[in-house]
Amino acid sequence: MKLDSKVPGGPLETKWQRHRFELKRVNPANRRKFDIIVVGTGLAGASAAASFGELGYNVHVFTYHDSPRRAHSIAAQGGINAAKNYQNDGDSVWLLFYDTIKGGDYRAREANVHRLAEVSVDIIDQCVAQGVPFARDYGGLLANRSFGGAQVSRTFYARGQTGQQLLLGAYSALMRQVHTGKVKLHTRHEMLDLVVIDGVARGIVTRNLLTGAIEAHTADAVVLATGGYARAYYLSTMAMASSCTSVWRAHKRGALFGNASWGQIHPTCIPRHGDRQSKLTLMSESLRNDGRVWVTKAKGDKRHPREITEEERDYYLERIYPSFGNLAPRDVSSRAAKRVCDDGHGVGPTGQAVYLDFADAIRRDGRAVIEAKYGNLFDMYKMITDEDPYELPMRIYPAPHYTMGGLWVDYNLMSNVPGLFVIGEANYSDHGANRLGASALMQGLADGYFVIPYTIAGYLAGTKLPKVKPDHDACRAVIAETKAHIDRLLALKGNKTVEEIHRDLGQVLWDYCGMSRNAEGLNIAKKRISEIRAEFWENAKVVGRNGDLNPVLESALRVAEFLELADLMVEDAASRTESCGCHLREESQTPDGEAIRDDENFSYVSAWEWNGVGKAPTLHKEELKFEFVTPSVRSYK
Amino acid sequence: MKLTLKVWRQSGPKEKGRLVAYVLDDVSPDQSFLEMLDDLNRVLVLKGEEPVVFEHDCREGICGCCGLMINGQAHGPVRGTTVCQLHMRNFKDGDTIVIEPWRAKGFPVIKDLMVDRSAFDRIIEAGGYVSVNTGGIPDANAIPIRKEDADLAMDAAACIGCGACVASCPNASAMLFVGAKISQYALLPQGQVERVARALNMVAAMDREGFGNCSNVAECEASCPKLITLSNIQRMYREHVKASWKYAPREAREAAG
Ligand SMILES: Cc1cc2nc3c(=O)[nH]c(=O)nc-3n(C[C@H](O)[C@H](O)[C@H](O)COP(=O)(O)OP(=O)(O)OC[C@H]3O[C@@H](n4cnc5c(N)ncnc54)[C@H](O)[C@@H]3O)c2cc1C
Ligand code: FES
Repeated sequence: MKLDSKVPGGPLETKWQRHRFELKRVNPANRRKFDIIVVGTGLAGASAAASFGELGYNVHVFTYHDSPRRAHSIAAQGGINAAKNYQNDGDSVWLLFYDTIKGGDYRAREANVHRLAEVSVDIIDQCVAQGVPFARDYGGLLANRSFGGAQVSRTFYARGQTGQQLLLGAYSALMRQVHTGKVKLHTRHEMLDLVVIDGVARGIVTRNLLTGAIEAHTADAVVLATGGYARAYYLSTMAMASSCTSVWRAHKRGALFGNASWGQIHPTCIPRHGDRQSKLTLMSESLRNDGRVWVTKAKGDKRHPREITEEERDYYLERIYPSFGNLAPRDVSSRAAKRVCDDGHGVGPTGQAVYLDFADAIRRDGRAVIEAKYGNLFDMYKMITDEDPYELPMRIYPAPHYTMGGLWVDYNLMSNVPGLFVIGEANYSDHGANRLGASALMQGLADGYFVIPYTIAGYLAGTKLPKVKPDHDACRAVIAETKAHIDRLLALKGNKTVEEIHRDLGQVLWDYCGMSRNAEGLNIAKKRISEIRAEFWENAKVVGRNGDLNPVLESALRVAEFLELADLMVEDAASRTESCGCHLREESQTPDGEAIRDDENFSYVSAWEWNGVGKAPTLHKEELKFEFVTPSVRSYK
Repeated sequence: MKLTLKVWRQSGPKEKGRLVAYVLDDVSPDQSFLEMLDDLNRVLVLKGEEPVVFEHDCREGICGCCGLMINGQAHGPVRGTTVCQLHMRNFKDGDTIVIEPWRAKGFPVIKDLMVDRSAFDRIIEAGGYVSVNTGGIPDANAIPIRKEDADLAMDAAACIGCGACVASCPNASAMLFVGAKISQYALLPQGQVERVARALNMVAAMDREGFGNCSNVAECEASCPKLITLSNIQRMYREHVKASWKYAPREAREAAG
């Protein structure tokens, strides 16, 4: 199989313009002849569906939520990047491109990342025009702050609720199209499989979560915008329903899966408190602008934090990474936290935590300033931990947060299955081996508002597609398979809950395929995952029936897919013996724990082909060529 | 902690519901309310019984999915909090807790503690947006906005659409939700062009969905997890009165249709 990235030629700065010119267009009068399915109503899905509706296509949009406004994008706190240079600190499209490529440790495609930086500027304009209430300075202009890994202030924000406001903006644009009738909204519908006819994606099979009805829906193109799969780790910052079903099923129908093991571990989460916890809560990274991270110099020092003098503290990020300090990128900060804790300097009851301290900032700026900036985050922290961060330093620890892996796509955001487009966190592109803070929102909206509306037209105008209806044999066959899968799950009458099994899976992934990996651990993981999968199919307990609202069945359907995806995550991690970005292979590091990348052998994207459960997948490589930047060692010292 | 839970069980929209008592022996004060319900469900599932259905997703207080009446209070006893952010340390050992779904004509029960809030989407569909297509937009800084106005707009925009305002109001009024959206746009220059039509159409949609009127009980404000204030309802009234006075004939027809 040859992977064609379809990156246009010419200078980097003009590739996208040129491509847009060269792409075929669909005449406005003809757009109504095309049906497009969009799965997901997060930033990527809602913005794409709204834009398709505006253009005049017939759109069917699906979400398992009761309302598009609940998509996981709503949870993003910190902000969205854009190269506006409003602060006159030297930002530019080139610098944002460069930071993103470097942040991703040179494992992303140059042309995609440059396009992302280019359209970032339009995204802010678009959202402001929609009435998104971004923070403003007293002069009435937009305010910015800086985010981990950047030395300029390019992050736009709406208090600590940026994702919410951006999503509500996209949702309102979507509801406007629902009102015009161009978009048909299908809430509480979960996509369970993809329909591929003659090698082309032509539809999806869904389950109505209220009635259990299994139905096929057909279209001329299918767009997956279904988010990330960090819930594979069970404990993560992701919303509880986040799943991998859509991308995993598409993978099983032929779509290649890129960089499956690359997930981002976020450095500033509230540490876990016990065994029965259901999820972890993120404290926005923007806190690192004013909070100072420290642990005790002495090992196992359990004294009250305020009793520990300045001399007895180790501000390890400022010490090791003087030029970035507390704003060192996420992977670097997460690993540094793990290292100090593993070495016995961790704080709090479990020793698996470090302090994020605002005492200096409060002394410097006053409580009111800090409250205005982070009030809601501080309240949230207090609610969860019963400790007041104005008085005591916060305790934080890294947690799984985002997945850079996802379905492989070309420059047009189309997978290798023609007609199947993948946008937002669901695809593997743009962030390489590590995502910079505030870049996922940017990518979701870039894909949805400013990339896919053009590239899908190129596909639709350039492809002859026979009409297919949901009664097509291929749809019937997929429906039958889906029903059989559900029957098999409903027959499980063992004595462990699906959540317990998911928790076991998550622990294995966290232990062996989490913040750092090694060959031995990955081997153990592989064995354990197949055992857990076997246990699931023998010993899980699924109650209730299909023709009803059944949360146990919903969860079983999702966990069954995670159990297969986990294999690929481990396989992918094992195949890459270099360290890069968030992927630290212990075999490939300096004595003081800094990652060693190996461009000679690993400057490629792993694109995996499915061969069946328990069978080794086939690895295809998309070689990455760096024509415009020279990969350098990523140092934040 | 040992707790007795009296949970509303209702197998479907048309079925009759009732409170069922369950006892949990081992509740940790550090657990969230939903994690406590997870524990209950684990016990039920292992006994082969159907778990209690409740809606939740982000568990961070932002998606607006969760929402329960706890001892008659929307989202429970702590002010400015969603159920997912409510921790069990707010209850005492030996407590009995009554857990019910939102109750309002506009929010029919689907199952147990889950209700249908799609009426909110239909109200937004009626005009809760600025009509701009993607692209061809002026620079974001081309129209300065006073910080005070942007902040006030953000206060209103913070609504998570959970429905606590409706559930806690004796009239099942949705005016805090609608008022917040109308206010957000009324306070921003981007919202001006459609200001009149928006107020008329959203209020009409709200009435169509069977939500009641505000009679200044202020339970909505007290129960709002995002601390959205009654002033938004006042602003909505002002917007609506001004709009009806100015554009009554045409817009009212539109709204009625
Ligand atoms: C707590 C938190 C804070 C964050 N903060 C930031 C930040 O400050 N800045 C930043 O840039 N990024 C941030 N991120 C990351 C960012 O929010 C996400 O990467 C991004 O929002 C993903 O958007 P999306 O549109 O791709 O997917 P999502 O928003 O996850 O949407 C997925 C959609 O797909 C639907 N769906 C999924 N599977 C199915 C299925 N099988 N059938 C039907 N529907 C389905 C869901 O219903 C949902 O509508 C944060 C993430 C978290 C968890
Ligand atoms: S679960 Fe999202 S607000 Fe409570």
